Amino acid sequence: MTKAVLTLETLSCPSCMQKIENAVKGLNGIDKESVKVLFNSSKVKTEFDEQVLSIKEIEKAIVDLGYPILKTKVKSA
Amino acid sequence: MQQYLLSKKNHLTLISGVLIVFGFFSHFVLENVGLSEGALIIASILGAVPIAIQAYQALKVKVVSIDVLVTIAVIGAFWIQNYEESAIVAFLFLFGHFLEQRTLNQTRSAIKELTEMAPESALRQMKDGGFEEVDVDDVDEGNVLLVKTGAKVPVDGTVLSGEGHINEASITGEPVPVNKTTDAEVYAGTILENGTIQIRADRVGEDTTFGKIIELVEEAQDSKSEAERFIDRFSKYYTPVVLVLSFVVWLFSQNIELAITILVLGCPGALVIGVPVSNVAGIGNGARNGILLKGSEVIHDFSRVDTIVFDKTGTLTRGNPTVAEIEIYGDNSNESLEYLASLERESDHPLAKAVLQEIGETTFSTVEGTEVVKGGGIVASVNGHRVAVGNVALMEKENVMLNNKAQADVRRFEQNGNSLVLTAVDGELKILMGIRDQIRVGVKNDLQALKKLGVKNLVVLSGDNQGTVNVVARELGLTEAHGHMLPEDKSAHIAHLQQQGQIVAFVGDGVNDSPSLALADIGIAMGSGTDVAIETSDVVLMNSDFSRLPHALGLTKATARNMKQNILIAVGVVLVLLASVFFSEWMNMSIGMLVHEGSILVVIFNGMRLLSYKSKGNKEQEKVKAAPASNASMT
Repeated sequence: MTKAVLTLETLSCPSCMQKIENAVKGLNGIDKESVKVLFNSSKVKTEFDEQVLSIKEIEKAIVDLGYPILKTKVKSA
Repeated sequence: MQQYLLSKKNHLTLISGVLIVFGFFSHFVLENVGLSEGALIIASILGAVPIAIQAYQALKVKVVSIDVLVTIAVIGAFWIQNYEESAIVAFLFLFGHFLEQRTLNQTRSAIKELTEMAPESALRQMKDGGFEEVDVDDVDEGNVLLVKTGAKVPVDGTVLSGEGHINEASITGEPVPVNKTTDAEVYAGTILENGTIQIRADRVGEDTTFGKIIELVEEAQDSKSEAERFIDRFSKYYTPVVLVLSFVVWLFSQNIELAITILVLGCPGALVIGVPVSNVAGIGNGARNGILLKGSEVIHDFSRVDTIVFDKTGTLTRGNPTVAEIEIYGDNSNESLEYLASLERESDHPLAKAVLQEIGETTFSTVEGTEVVKGGGIVASVNGHRVAVGNVALMEKENVMLNNKAQADVRRFEQNGNSLVLTAVDGELKILMGIRDQIRVGVKNDLQALKKLGVKNLVVLSGDNQGTVNVVARELGLTEAHGHMLPEDKSAHIAHLQQQGQIVAFVGDGVNDSPSLALADIGIAMGSGTDVAIETSDVVLMNSDFSRLPHALGLTKATARNMKQNILIAVGVVLVLLASVFFSEWMNMSIGMLVHEGSILVVIFNGMRLLSYKSKGNKEQEKVKAAPASNASMT
């Protein structure tokens, strides 16, 4: 499992969180329990399986929803 | 394409706003209805496109978001050719969003200030001995780093060579720079004010003390209380319910106007955003003032505390004993003091330090034949006089007579919680000193402030003897004081208080009182942000500054109140809007959207008030504290 922390542009609507959460959870290779969208710090924290899914795909899923990503940090756990 | 349109959202908002103004202008001033309608149609489309894209993306991941409601409403208005409403609703929704983003950044500013203090780069030693600049994430444990004047220490480490003064305000809250030489420990996020040092990295990134503090605060601002989780679940079903409701209304009334108005009025914005903004602003205020609050559950519990337990007298006292009272007997007092000082200079007893401090500058005489009496004191010969310094037992042993006045003095000093130091010269009592640990300046006012904030019981549990504890309790007006307490006695007593239905906060140094910190409803660690304290407690007071305590309590009360206000505002607005759509003539979509967006801004502004919260009666300390705060913001 690999840990990823993505910093997004300021989130301003709480329904954004639900969208992002559902979108990331919908990806194959994501540990669904680990997905956390932090409203105030505008961050997404998640764990994923690098064998199945790349960080680029996670980034794409979020960017496609219309939330630009400022910074991505990946750490193998 | 979708990306592009969304990134131009603010432009689209602006253009559609201008078109709306132009539309009304041509309608009422130019009286050209065709031109006016054209402008409003374009404005509607420009405004609706980004909202529709967001709605589509939400539906794709199976979320019925506000965007969905608004999109349907705008399309509905367009359908019945009410272009005025479709344009205004779309514009207000987008414009409201723009303002929300701006103001939300404000509420988050305090925490951002903190995280931006994190070091970003480091100068790392290369194989050839030179230094290269690298990202702080690339520094590994064991690396040798160079820190120059004015730079931030990038990691926790040990000084290998060099010397300098480091401002550690970001970790300890202490504004005076500390001198660091070889083997000294340095901390990430602190600032080297002068000098140059080379350090070895011991802990990096999130493992540094500063990293832990930041992580804690970041987690805290997004941690959710039971109430918030309820609101989250509620809003998940709320939007679909509004959609269904409006559909049902349309089925029965065949009135599209009414149906889409309900869609707009039902938007849950202020409700969902109200509690998080109070939370982030309250925690931000705390972080700025050296108070770390671990999330909204902690805020809720702390605001209801009615009993505060202090772990030891040292929290309330200065921790170093000083001479509090003094009585001189007979003449030649200067000579006696001189002898006393000469004798005490040779001793390493803790009370000796206090005595010397009290006497100050004096001439010292030669001391001969020093004899230490166990459990009594010292006897020696000074300038040919036999001088005895010690307690009452020593005086009896030396056959020193205490007259009536002296005996009364001894009793009085003891009652006041003093340790006694008696000095006899040639068998005659000359000096009586009462030494005790003194109450910290300002503690009494701070405790008063806590009482005013609604704390009913102030309890001290101490390992000291009961006499000392009683004196402190009496002087400070504590409600309960227990001495001779071991750590397990303390946690047992806390459990006992909780059984009586009290909500207990425990204030400790976080080192050996972990059971009590964990057991209490709120564990407050007073210390220099040590790891243990950060992990085991609910609230951390970064520097051991007692005056932060009333601020912390007042702040949690204000924050809890603020959350309730926001929930009330949000629910109230939705109820009033829904009621007025059925019972009044003036309600329509545009007004509904205006009030709805307005209520979101109101809760954000309400939350923002917490950023400037100051506890009453602590204005003086605020001024003193202003120094390190401005220091920190300069970085």
